[in-house]
Amino acid sequence: MSEPFLIGDTMTGGYGKGPDILHDCTIAVNPGEIAVIVGPNGAGKSTAMKAVFGMLDVRSGSVRLDGEDITKLSPQARVVKGMGFVPQTNNIFTSMTVEENLEMGAFIRTDDFSDTLEQVYHLFPILKDKRYQAAGELSGGQRQQVAVGRALMTQPKVLMLDEPTAGVSPIVMDELFDRIIEVSRTGLPILMVEQNAKQALEIADKGYVLVQGANAYTGTGKELLADPEVRKSFLGG
Amino acid sequence: MSEMMKNTALFALVAALILITGFYQSWNSAIFILNMGLISAVMAIGVNLQWGFAGLFNVGIMGFVALGGLAVVLIAEVPTPGAWTSGGVGVIMALILGAMTIVAATVLNKMMQPGRSRTLIMLAILIGGFFLFRAVFDPAVSGIEKINPAAQGNIGGLGLPVLLAWPAGGLLAAGAAWLIGKTALGLRSDYLAIATLGIAEIIIAVMKNEDWLARGVKNVIGLPRPLPNEIDLQNDPGFVESAASLGLDPVTASTLYVKLGYSVLFTVVLLVLLWMAQMALKSPWGRMMRAIRDNEVAARAMGKDVTKRHLQIFVLGSAICGVAGAMMTTLDGQLTPGTYQPLRFTFLIWVMVIVGGSGNNFGAVLGAMLIWFLWVQVEPMGLFFMELITSGMADDSDLKKHLIDSAAHMRLLTMGVILLLVLRFSPRGLIPEK
Amino acid sequence: MVDFLNALVALSNFVLIPAIAYGSQLALGALGVTLIYGILRFSNFAHGDTMAFGAMITVLITWWMQSVGINLGPLPTALLALPFGILGCMALVLFTDRVVYKFYREQKAKPVILVIVSMGVMFIMNGLVRFIIGPGDQKFADGERFLISAREFKQLTGLREGLAIKTTQCLTVVVAIVCVTLLFWFLNKTRTGKSMRAYSDNEDLALLSGINPERVVMYTWLIVATLATVAGVLYGLDKTFKPFIYFQLLLPIFASAIVGGLGNPLGAIAGGFVIAFSEVTVTYAWKKVLKYLLPENLEPSSLVQLLSTDYKFAVSFVILLIVLLFKPTGLFKGKSV
Repeated sequence: MSEPFLIGDTMTGGYGKGPDILHDCTIAVNPGEIAVIVGPNGAGKSTAMKAVFGMLDVRSGSVRLDGEDITKLSPQARVVKGMGFVPQTNNIFTSMTVEENLEMGAFIRTDDFSDTLEQVYHLFPILKDKRYQAAGELSGGQRQQVAVGRALMTQPKVLMLDEPTAGVSPIVMDELFDRIIEVSRTGLPILMVEQNAKQALEIADKGYVLVQGANAYTGTGKELLADPEVRKSFLGG
Repeated sequence: MSEMMKNTALFALVAALILITGFYQSWNSAIFILNMGLISAVMAIGVNLQWGFAGLFNVGIMGFVALGGLAVVLIAEVPTPGAWTSGGVGVIMALILGAMTIVAATVLNKMMQPGRSRTLIMLAILIGGFFLFRAVFDPAVSGIEKINPAAQGNIGGLGLPVLLAWPAGGLLAAGAAWLIGKTALGLRSDYLAIATLGIAEIIIAVMKNEDWLARGVKNVIGLPRPLPNEIDLQNDPGFVESAASLGLDPVTASTLYVKLGYSVLFTVVLLVLLWMAQMALKSPWGRMMRAIRDNEVAARAMGKDVTKRHLQIFVLGSAICGVAGAMMTTLDGQLTPGTYQPLRFTFLIWVMVIVGGSGNNFGAVLGAMLIWFLWVQVEPMGLFFMELITSGMADDSDLKKHLIDSAAHMRLLTMGVILLLVLRFSPRGLIPEK
Repeated sequence: MVDFLNALVALSNFVLIPAIAYGSQLALGALGVTLIYGILRFSNFAHGDTMAFGAMITVLITWWMQSVGINLGPLPTALLALPFGILGCMALVLFTDRVVYKFYREQKAKPVILVIVSMGVMFIMNGLVRFIIGPGDQKFADGERFLISAREFKQLTGLREGLAIKTTQCLTVVVAIVCVTLLFWFLNKTRTGKSMRAYSDNEDLALLSGINPERVVMYTWLIVATLATVAGVLYGLDKTFKPFIYFQLLLPIFASAIVGGLGNPLGAIAGGFVIAFSEVTVTYAWKKVLKYLLPENLEPSSLVQLLSTDYKFAVSFVILLIVLLFKPTGLFKGKSV
């Protein structure tokens, strides 16, 4: 099996001088696929993603992007390397317009980004209608679209979403998942942390079930959904 | 033990500095430094209570100090004959009317639903109340100010012993602090800073302009003193005799006697407050305060009423500053509102607390004495320094003249540099919090 | 009708025009405070003395220009010296940031620590200004004093009340409008300006987007130095240059920034005018205006002055308290409490 596009390999680490939260945890995304991290509350799902993004001290193990070791890079440097990250909260500039949010997403680009802007508007048509409105005035689902759009503006090689559907209604959630699949169809690998394990695994090519900061089950989305152990413990039967 | 030694050495150093001043300059200035140092130490304890214990940022110390000074006039000055009949009652009436207006507006604000009618009625009450207040207040004030304007023209004091004014000064300052605390505490820390900065300016403005209160910028001089007059001592044969036996001439002996008398009084107050502050620090109340300071969210989650505790300690600390202000005006024997400068009375106290060690009462006292010494001595030192630099220049050079004239402004510069250096390299101060 | 016109002229002369000029000065000062608050996240107590420093450099250059005979004809020479004052002030604040504030930024110190640090900076700047130029009043205004004097206006219109517009008042308003326009253009249209707003809005996300915080901070200081110097010079031209006055301006400036909503540039401008108009109207003796408007038998006997001018600080303070009590985020939505 060839090397995945992005891999956090047997990562162990925690915040600052605090205790280890992750224990030999491995997370990977293959080109063109959607990988989903699920697990119970406090299992270290978001922590694992933050470790991949460099917001956490990884004490052993490594993070590799397209074969290159990026374990020592700061989150900002990883953005430059082509990682797009959408935090769970505070992921938009509320006082700025939708279009300005997207422009800020493209801040590190020195070339003309109007094509990317059109692509984002094409993916999220509602944003085009609201381009001159302050992002803080939008609804929860629309805000998430702005957040994802902002991350797409750098033309990342991999997109990381931290609980994109947290706190939105089920209808909006379905719509967001549709959009994420659409983004994925453009060929962009996506790594995503999700609270709604069932729906997430349904769209996932690969799933990681974490328990207490360690890999408990790993497999394709279908395998995990079919696994009786996983069903019983995490998917409510 | 070594910590004890270090602290003792630091205090000994300050004592030595004052003694050196006595030997090489004059004992008069040495005791002056000591007295003002003691008063500053009291202020520093008050500020340390607010900042060190509770993390409250008060930049209105000057106002509370000035209120203490006002209390001395109101309590101890001889009553102005006829002031109460010709306007005093009117002034009190007017102030009560003013207070009632505000109370009425507050009650209304709580009782009525928000809306246009509430705003209109509120405005009507406030504007009507203001004109009513002015209608009663203005004639009363001009009545008072007409009485013997050259020497009095103010409401006068109660003629009570001046020492009573010290706690009264504390009470006055506490009242003002309560008003400010009620509005600005519970908001972010910068807002308290700005609100206190404002109240201090306003207190000074009131004291400068309300001549009926304490003669404004015309100053009140010759306030009663807790200690005998120098002249009386010099005319007392017994005193002259005992002075002579110590080898001192009566004039020097009498000034030293009075000044040292103040030193004793101030030391007593300082020790009492220091003891109380230490007890408070060690008490469960003090522990709770520091717990709140270190983690407000956790303290709130444990059911502590943080805003109320903050109000409590803010009022207490300001009251101590008021006491210190009363002590200072007593020492000066006069109230001169024009001399209250925020850089001297607010920000300098801050330098004292931070240099000494915020959160540690002994640190505050040490910082106060040390910084006060520097504040007084930096000027001659600066002058000396400037003369040294300019010694090579021609005597008629403009630059030389300018540099020597400007030496006086070295003070602020030095204090700023000291503050920044301590904050940067020793943020916990000379005697850190335990 | 003539009475009404006279009243209007008196009102403009003594209330509207001074308040507009003063409001512009406050607005420029408050913009500086609010930008520092938005980007560096602390209340800068040294802002008054930054204004004094910039103005001082301008005064010194103005004196030099006057001594060698450079002038702008009817306009004050200080206008020519202003760019040098701005440069001097920029150098000072950048130096201060490098030596003092940067350390605490890297430590992620609490805002209140930064406020205390700014207090130390205030001491030093204040001492520096007094050391260089002395604590007294300094005169540096020249050029034509009036755009239109009261006498000319009376001759021109035949009204009993005169309208005097000082060159400095007019200049204040024009310069303030230019500055504010440029500032808003910069913040809303340029990439750097937008990145400043983004940084102020959401620091973490700005970092994620690749915005360099040190660059943002540097641009902020440069803008603040410009605004502070312009405000300081305009105030000095209009009233007087005296180091201590600038320290005292701190209160109305902070009041303006908070009333408008700390961190919100639009709010700072609105706040400046709210404070200025309140100060002037409350401390103005209205008799002059009222005597034209009211019938003779109702003519007021007193000056109809609500508060003596010495209480102008009290006015900004009371407005500040009211806003803190009822709307702590300010008229325009500022940063949260």
